[in-house]
Amino acid sequence: MGKTLFDKIWDSHVVKTIDDGPNVLYIDRHFIHEVTSPQAFGGIKARGSKVARPSQVIATPDHNIPTINQHLTIQDELSRVQVETLKKNCEENGITMYGLNHPYNGIVHVVGPELGITQPGMTIVCGDSHTSTHGAFGSIAFGIGTSEVEMALATQCIMQPKPKSMRINIEGELDKGVASKDIILYIISKITAAGGTGYFVEFAGSAIRSLSMEARMTVCNMSIEMGARGGMIAPDETTFEYIKGREQAPQGVAWDKAVAHWESLVTDADAQFDKELTFDAADIEPMITYGTNPGMGAKVCENIPSLDTIEDSSKNTFQKSMEYMGFEAGDKLEGKQVDYVFVGSCTNGRIEDLRAFCEAVKGKQKAENITAWIVPGSKQVEKQAIEEGLKDQLEAAGFELRQPGCSACLAMNDDKIPAGKYAVATSNRNFEGRQGPGSRTMLASPLTAAAAAVTGVVTDPRTIFNF
Amino acid sequence: MPIDKFVTVQTSFVPMPIENVDTDQIIPARFLKATTKDGFGDNLFYDWRYEKDGSPKADFVLNNPAYSGTVLVAGKNFGSGSSREHAAWAIDGYGFKAVVSSFFADIFRGNSLNNGVLPVQVSEAFLAGLFKAVDADNKAEVKIDLESQTITNVNTGDSEGFEINSYKKNCLMNGYDDIDYLLSLSKEIEAYEAKAVKF
Repeated sequence: MGKTLFDKIWDSHVVKTIDDGPNVLYIDRHFIHEVTSPQAFGGIKARGSKVARPSQVIATPDHNIPTINQHLTIQDELSRVQVETLKKNCEENGITMYGLNHPYNGIVHVVGPELGITQPGMTIVCGDSHTSTHGAFGSIAFGIGTSEVEMALATQCIMQPKPKSMRINIEGELDKGVASKDIILYIISKITAAGGTGYFVEFAGSAIRSLSMEARMTVCNMSIEMGARGGMIAPDETTFEYIKGREQAPQGVAWDKAVAHWESLVTDADAQFDKELTFDAADIEPMITYGTNPGMGAKVCENIPSLDTIEDSSKNTFQKSMEYMGFEAGDKLEGKQVDYVFVGSCTNGRIEDLRAFCEAVKGKQKAENITAWIVPGSKQVEKQAIEEGLKDQLEAAGFELRQPGCSACLAMNDDKIPAGKYAVATSNRNFEGRQGPGSRTMLASPLTAAAAAVTGVVTDPRTIFNF
Repeated sequence: MPIDKFVTVQTSFVPMPIENVDTDQIIPARFLKATTKDGFGDNLFYDWRYEKDGSPKADFVLNNPAYSGTVLVAGKNFGSGSSREHAAWAIDGYGFKAVVSSFFADIFRGNSLNNGVLPVQVSEAFLAGLFKAVDADNKAEVKIDLESQTITNVNTGDSEGFEINSYKKNCLMNGYDDIDYLLSLSKEIEAYEAKAVKF
């Protein structure tokens, strides 16, 4: 029987198999940031151990950093200490760090791909659940806890039970105005926020193949939001084209050798998955979430589900969510109040996302009731946005481009949505308080965010933009 | 470095019949700025547990003296979301030895095990039985025996097996730590690196 793409990469990275236990899995690349690494470095030090393979570890502070006045010292003391601790740990252990104001600083899952560090066939971990982003290149990439960060630092291996396999096929053509964010929000709304738990997912089908690398990253990024350990897409010409020439991509003869290997990284025709689902691309429309987990999503043009469609055992949880959001079951989504628009994060903070937003709002103005935070995913994205004139376009429409970081996605810095306010956000989580205590988040694509930004309310982008 | 050994607990428990309790609820992001593992228990479920001014919310279960115990019993899909191990540190720091649910998110399950907090996955029916028992008697007890991998609703006598791989079970029962084990494999790891694909 043939092997899946996942099996091929996983099996080739197993150092040791433990009977009725996890595999010892070798890690090719380990990304670290300031929030989930300090205790791991502390553990290594306490053991009298050291970082085993510093050249395979890449650091960038992103979660805590401000998105204005980055040239100044970080004002929040705890944040500053955490960022300085990362710097110190990297210096002591010979790890490359792209610190604040470095031209390569940015959100770890934006930085890895844009520098060509992320490559097909690799195993990649980071103490951040959105590490699944890197799976868009045909790598096995997933988030880990700090104990595992310590394992990876100390030995370049972690202990992992092999997950089950799932393939999700999206077949057909996507309609205009439908973004890759809508694909993943659609899938999660169909299979729930726990529908992928225990599985590693391969995304396939003609609609997935037609996506750019950045759009593929958005899909894989949110694999964790359906509970999946990670998501991946087989590498193809689109992948190779994206990687070629990037700073840390293989060059010359090594490039040819790499591509020859990468081309073998596909699921064999006769391989079996533990679970397989297929959706029709034509059924996917602009999506938005209305509740407090990413599975609570609907088409923008639809209503919030009525209570009689919710299973009895889940009714209490559903009602609690509606109360938090200030919504009623059955409410129409279009026209709902919006106060904030956040464009950014490892999900939708790349140049194509900013381009899509700018193109949509061109010739229009930000609605007066909206506070908008447009946050590039990295210094390189920021630089490109300025060079392409996107910053000027944004300013002409009443928006400003901030500096890179995780920002309001998890509100560890000052970018917090105030209690009770509604945000249409291109990030990945709508949990209670995720964007600040009491904040109410509606997840959507950059296009749907643009539509809300110029109308001031939840709006189907197809009704106001010409695509 | 050894973790706490887990053998058997019999205790009253704290019921949280809410589904999809995510790690942002267990420990909100703004409390992740520490550089040590200490003190997270104080901020466990902070936004559910405290008012804006820091006073306890009377209707939250951890603030209700009627409920106590070292086991948390929660609705399905517990621990979804972020990979923050701070969630496991917060649960451990508060004093819980085990979390019982009908479904756990993968990363949280791993993080808990790595901190000696046992995730016990039970059937929906067993979970409903525990909630029913504690509704009738706030001090209803649960017994978790790791060696026999069984959980018992003490008030009804209902019992159910739970799964844990034998490697992790051995780690928990003896307080072993994965990192010590991995450090002992340096020869195997070097041998792997010597034969791995390179460009």
